[in-house]
Amino acid sequence: MSDYAVEFDNVTKQFGDNVLFEQFNFNIRKNEVVSIIGPSGSGKSTLLRILMTLEGIDAGMVRVQGESLWHMQKGGAWLPADERHLRKCRGHMGMVFQHFNLFPHMTVLRNITEAPIHVLGQSKEEARANGLELLRTVGLADKADAYPSQLSGGQKQRVGIARALAMRPSILLLDEITSALDPELVDEVLEVIRKLAAEDAYTMILVTHEMYFAREISDRVCFFDAGAIVEEGPPEQIFNQPKHERTRAFLNSFLNI
Amino acid sequence: MIEFQWDWDFAWEVLPLLLDACKITLQATVLGSLLAIVIGLLLALLRRSKWKAVRYSAYWWMEFVRSTPLLVQIYFLYYVAPEWGLNLSPMVTGVLALGMHYGAYLSEVFRSGIDGVDKGQWEASIALNLSPYHTYRDVILPQALRAMIPATGNYIIAMFKETPQLSAITLLEMLQLAKIMGSENFRYLEPFTLVGLIYLVLSLIASAGIRQAERRFPKEGFTLS
Amino acid sequence: MPLNEIFSVLAEGALVTIQLVAMALPLATAMAFISGLLRLSEHRALRWLAAIYVEFFRGTSALIQLYWIYFVLPFFGISIDAITAGVVALGLNIGAYGSEVVRGGLLSVDRGQTEAAIALNFSPRQRLWRIIMPQALVGMMPPFGNLAIELVKATSLVSLITIADLTYRAKSLADMTLQVEEIFGLVLVFYFVMAQVLTLAIRALEKHLGKGMDRGGLA
Repeated sequence: MSDYAVEFDNVTKQFGDNVLFEQFNFNIRKNEVVSIIGPSGSGKSTLLRILMTLEGIDAGMVRVQGESLWHMQKGGAWLPADERHLRKCRGHMGMVFQHFNLFPHMTVLRNITEAPIHVLGQSKEEARANGLELLRTVGLADKADAYPSQLSGGQKQRVGIARALAMRPSILLLDEITSALDPELVDEVLEVIRKLAAEDAYTMILVTHEMYFAREISDRVCFFDAGAIVEEGPPEQIFNQPKHERTRAFLNSFLNI
Repeated sequence: MIEFQWDWDFAWEVLPLLLDACKITLQATVLGSLLAIVIGLLLALLRRSKWKAVRYSAYWWMEFVRSTPLLVQIYFLYYVAPEWGLNLSPMVTGVLALGMHYGAYLSEVFRSGIDGVDKGQWEASIALNLSPYHTYRDVILPQALRAMIPATGNYIIAMFKETPQLSAITLLEMLQLAKIMGSENFRYLEPFTLVGLIYLVLSLIASAGIRQAERRFPKEGFTLS
Repeated sequence: MPLNEIFSVLAEGALVTIQLVAMALPLATAMAFISGLLRLSEHRALRWLAAIYVEFFRGTSALIQLYWIYFVLPFFGISIDAITAGVVALGLNIGAYGSEVVRGGLLSVDRGQTEAAIALNFSPRQRLWRIIMPQALVGMMPPFGNLAIELVKATSLVSLITIADLTYRAKSLADMTLQVEEIFGLVLVFYFVMAQVLTLAIRALEKHLGKGMDRGGLA
């Protein structure tokens, strides 16, 4: 069994003629908290989207909890993953989106319980009890019966986190989860993530522009540019003594805002 | 049961006659469209009137015409106009009915097209002291036109496909002819199928034409000439 | 003929019209959803099949379809009574227009909704029926309302294959009594009222389905 929760093994990803990654290698240990920073268009989000099976790959292999994601073994041959295989793999992961993507036609509680009931097969009572517990964790117990349209951005995103956690994933993919929020609402969301990171029960991959936050909670920070990891290491090293010129330029651009 | 098969000889006999009757169909469509455009524009302008009563009347007229069947409107004109001392031929009755019916639909297209023009254009026209007529003709309508073209075209195609209803008041258009040919020869297959195919071909061509026009119409920097 | 007698004859016709609508509407809805979904199918053959149905019924005219079904099918040994011919023709015709509404409605739901549903590991079927369709339905309601009115109007065509609906009765009364203004005026009002009732019903349905949702908004 692999020690890694996530492995990218010589992965190539193209959009049309545009090569985003080529022979890309990247591993994340179990329960590691990794932040990915870098300019937009560098392929950070695509990394998460490949893991969540929202984007395919063109070559190489991706493994999640030791299991190949986009390929399955059948009779000794490797075949492209079918829906059943993908659904098995997706069970390891939960994703929180930049634009929340809450289901607007469901109440907050139903947003959280719908998948546990219909995908995991939990009973309604069990899902409801878990859902309410999760809502308490993210500080929204009183919003269970509200609709997403009645919530602020920060509240929506906390529901988004609770919804992902309700599926009991071991790996959390957080895709620029504060980028669509007004500045004063960022902290309430980060506070929830801070608590989760402290539990040390999840492998977390954050794509983020919140440099201070990345520095505070990450075990490792990766600076990503043009489809490759330019520099990676513990947060102190990346933020205090970046070795690479491009890393320095990128971090400076943030300090100067 | 009789063996029933497509009879090419009969089809070839019917086709030229149908194509001839197609002229009547097209004539009704063209005249009906022109009338519909005039009525549509008029209604659209009335719905922007200063007076509430005028706006409401125009709105309910549109709503009423759109939610009642064309066929009944055709009958209404056909039966009632003589009572009012107007003896109209089936063609004129048909064109009036088509024009009124689709004028109601087009008024909505024109209204939203006019509403879609940037508010600053009205303000600029006032600043330039343009008369309402020139404001509409030279500033607003040319800009609204692009948004209006596809929807207008689609309604004209819809009108074209409703012209067979004019057979109900004995206008000798394609369907009426096909029905007569069918009952005389006791073979409906060929005439009705051919009429359907003629409609299919013509409306597909027209739809393609609209898509083409939409693509070619420049987004900015054009004038009505 | 006194006006109240005219009214009651027409009212009976209106009942036939309502029955026709009540039978054709389920058929049209079923055809709209089946063909609308098939047009988004992964299988090219199914997409084509649905596209041919839609193009064919939208490209030819409702009255011609009605005549074809009523006059031509019997020659192939499929004898069909006038009511069935009317229901089938109108249902298939309006269904083809509805197909575009279903397709457009499904495509208009934000891509992020599908992505969230994938991330929560819903099966493709659950994604469609639990997540996408309930949202799409809200946006489909106004165009469906318009099509329902088109259906009511199109039922008048069956009078031409001798079904004694509202329009048929109006025409026979007009031929008989010559009180044409009253008769046709009344008929127009009948149709108008039916259309208004239908519009109100569909608006209520739209409101019910859209509970909690900002119209077309992201959440």
